[in-house]
Amino acid sequence: METINLTIDGQQVTARKGATVLEAAQESGIYIPTLCHHPDLKPFGACRMCLVQVEKMRGFPASCTTPAGEGMVVDASGEQVQTLRRQVLELMLAEHPHACLTCWKRERCGPTDTCLRQVAVDDRCVTCPKNERCELQRVSDFLGIKEVRLKSYRRQRDIDRNPFFERDHDLCILCGRCVRACQDIRNVGAIDFIYRGHRAIIGTPFERPMEETNCEFCGTCVDFCPTGSLRERAFPFAGVAERQVRTICPYCGVGCGLVLEIKGDQVIRVHGDREKSVNDGQLCVKGKFGATEFVHHRDRLRRPLIKKDGTFVEASWDEALGLIAEKFKEYQKRPQEFAVISSAKCTNEENYVVQKFGRAVMGTNNIDHCARL
Amino acid sequence: MAGLATAFGSGAMTNSIKEFAKSKCLLVIGSNTTENHPIIGLQVKKAARSGAKLIVANPRQIDLCSMADIWLQQRPGTDVALLAGMMKVIVEEGLLDEAFIAERCEDVDVLKESLASLDLDKIAEITAVPLAKIVEAARLYATNSPAAILYTMGITQHTHGTDNVLAVANLAMLTGNLGKESAGVNPLRGQNNVQGACDMGALPNVYTAYQRVDDATVKAKFEAAWGVTLKDKPGLTLAEMFGAAHNGEIKALYLVGENPVLSDPDARHVEEAIKKLDFFVVQDIFLTETAKLADVVLPAATYAEKDGTFTNTERRVQLLRRAFEPVGSAKADWEITCEIARRMGSGGFDFRSSAEIMDEIAKLTPSYGGISHERLDKEGGLQWPCPTAEHPGTPIMHKEKFTRGKGKFTPIKYKPPMEETDEEYPLILTTGRIRFHYHTGTMTRRVKGLDKIRPEELLDINPVDAARLGIRDGDMVKIASRRGALAVKAQVTARCAPGVVFMTFHFAEAAANILTNSALDPVSKIPEYKVCAVKVEKVVPASVMESGEAVSVR
Repeated sequence: METINLTIDGQQVTARKGATVLEAAQESGIYIPTLCHHPDLKPFGACRMCLVQVEKMRGFPASCTTPAGEGMVVDASGEQVQTLRRQVLELMLAEHPHACLTCWKRERCGPTDTCLRQVAVDDRCVTCPKNERCELQRVSDFLGIKEVRLKSYRRQRDIDRNPFFERDHDLCILCGRCVRACQDIRNVGAIDFIYRGHRAIIGTPFERPMEETNCEFCGTCVDFCPTGSLRERAFPFAGVAERQVRTICPYCGVGCGLVLEIKGDQVIRVHGDREKSVNDGQLCVKGKFGATEFVHHRDRLRRPLIKKDGTFVEASWDEALGLIAEKFKEYQKRPQEFAVISSAKCTNEENYVVQKFGRAVMGTNNIDHCARL
Repeated sequence: MAGLATAFGSGAMTNSIKEFAKSKCLLVIGSNTTENHPIIGLQVKKAARSGAKLIVANPRQIDLCSMADIWLQQRPGTDVALLAGMMKVIVEEGLLDEAFIAERCEDVDVLKESLASLDLDKIAEITAVPLAKIVEAARLYATNSPAAILYTMGITQHTHGTDNVLAVANLAMLTGNLGKESAGVNPLRGQNNVQGACDMGALPNVYTAYQRVDDATVKAKFEAAWGVTLKDKPGLTLAEMFGAAHNGEIKALYLVGENPVLSDPDARHVEEAIKKLDFFVVQDIFLTETAKLADVVLPAATYAEKDGTFTNTERRVQLLRRAFEPVGSAKADWEITCEIARRMGSGGFDFRSSAEIMDEIAKLTPSYGGISHERLDKEGGLQWPCPTAEHPGTPIMHKEKFTRGKGKFTPIKYKPPMEETDEEYPLILTTGRIRFHYHTGTMTRRVKGLDKIRPEELLDINPVDAARLGIRDGDMVKIASRRGALAVKAQVTARCAPGVVFMTFHFAEAAANILTNSALDPVSKIPEYKVCAVKVEKVVPASVMESGEAVSVR
């Protein structure tokens, strides 16, 4: 791999050739605030949070669109750069709720506490579904925004809802991540910027409901949204996950990596696994929104059932397994009358055990599953 | 899979999912990739956008058609004819990879001979695809290398499914599109672990890794490992089991995690067969339509409640990790089966974890020899063959030579589908899945959002047919085949060609498999889901039939 050397904030940095200044900084552990940037998307240069100053270069280029060059000297955190970023962010925050962002008491304030400053519910971070998972919060804290001097403006549009997720236009910062993900990664293009100037929003053609567009409800836009604008409708206020479990999607044969975000004994969200997975973080509607609801569904079988006089009666494992063992033993003598059907939904280990059971215990090769269906 | 095993010696995807994005040409035949394998669909779209030639062969206008360079709308069940036509063009125009064929394959003359007698105009007539399009598709496929073929059940679910697969294999070998990156013959498997279930020997004729039950050395190996005597005669396939149950030859059935009453063809027949059983045990997560017929039902754990591995369509063995304790007193399927075996006094079922089971699998299964849970946890998924603990896995198969040695060409013979349309049943019904649901809906119908987006079955029918039958969009119609009838809402759409209607099999209240034909492919025993003759008529609102009520004509 060809590499180049540059200096960022006085630190000697080695980056691969072709990397942007932002990537060079990130790969060496230097934080540059970003909002419109996402590693899976092409650089966009819209939010201006990643502005830097480069010696012998005019102005303040966005580091996400500037290729790193040999011998470059980059100032990524100087006072001038930070001030500029703060001013740009203030413009953004003027159109976004920010009472909590500039409040010194935020750390001590919970969603059920009465706000001592009498701030409206929809102006508070603690009542936002993305609280503590919000990139705008992180950037704002990093830049140390103390006040927003501009007049507050709200788009005041209804929340767009569909069965899986919702869009709150008042929380949107128009970073375009959802638009680009839908177009460039999923190749669907169900949404785009609509209207101009301060009326600009993200929307569908003719503002039709999502269900009437070609949206596939893959949820990538929700995963990519840096603010609370796009969020899952299930468990909206569940907050940050207590633990995450990496597993494999139970639906089709692609075998996408899933990350289950869990709080208590509830999966509060699912996102695609980006590490060593076939799907690089992408999922379809079934994996993103349909892989966990059935796990704790009230229809789940919870105890063995034995049919007595035509109706099912709950039984203990001991009784059920005893009955099965006794009956199956009769067929050990007549294995040609016995058959086993295994499942393409079960694990390898389970299929192995089931076929071993059929062959070694019952003495029959009458074993199959639904491979052909 | 039997088809690919004949041609290459191994029946699985030859290449890997992420390679498709770098293919120069993709032939997607009998697969609605973006609906059924959305994440593979992304790779196909990526390739198409970066300039790869995309050939779609599908009787329905699927989403990928809009990105395709050519869309071949063949009549359902005429895939062999279409592929043979392409091969004939390739041979006649000298577009074949002579070096590859000479070095790596055998019996090419047999194939050429069978092609020689074909008449291309006749093929255009059979398939309803204009000859010019067949020629163009053949040229695109043969001249843009590497070219990959993707197919699914649209190829296999026919009475001549094996012939379809052999034709696909022939086409790939003719052009040397095997054993290299971004090429190959790639059957996309439908269920999360259908590849694994096959690999693990949940089949009547083989142990793990397709080691044949009638092979004496294999038998001796498993007898020694398991400490029992084993049978060397292959058992019954799924469809044969239900036939045997119907005749009273099979009297007891142990069924783990399947719903054949909805998923199998000619579903009424299956239900009747199950009712004749003396003893029927079902292990599942829900009380499915099939479980309701059982004598004993055992509650099983879902994927989120157990450890283990799934093998995906590209042969990648991946680790599941348990997130929760099972609900109620449910147990993992392997725990239940082992418990039954132990209660019957059998040894060899004292596993304490699924990792221990994998260790036993690795010992007896050459292609899984180097796989362990510990390794999967550390390294991520591994693609078999992975014979040793140091082996990195095999993303591309048949690289230096085919698993069976030489790639085998098979002569082409076109057979029409088992059931053809006639005056009484003038339309062809073809079945499939849609993005928002999965198989018999056991899981997806219980997800509120998914059921809201697509709450009911819709019958896709072409505007021409609809107009002739006086059907408008949203009308209730009665659809009948020789085996049964049901009521369903019509969706008038040009996605289906005239003469073809489409339904899914996700909805129990309008179970398409009441209609489908259980005629099997003689080799692979796959039923013909993709072609059956039906008639459709408008239901007068005052009709006695309620929405979705099934009416048996038996």
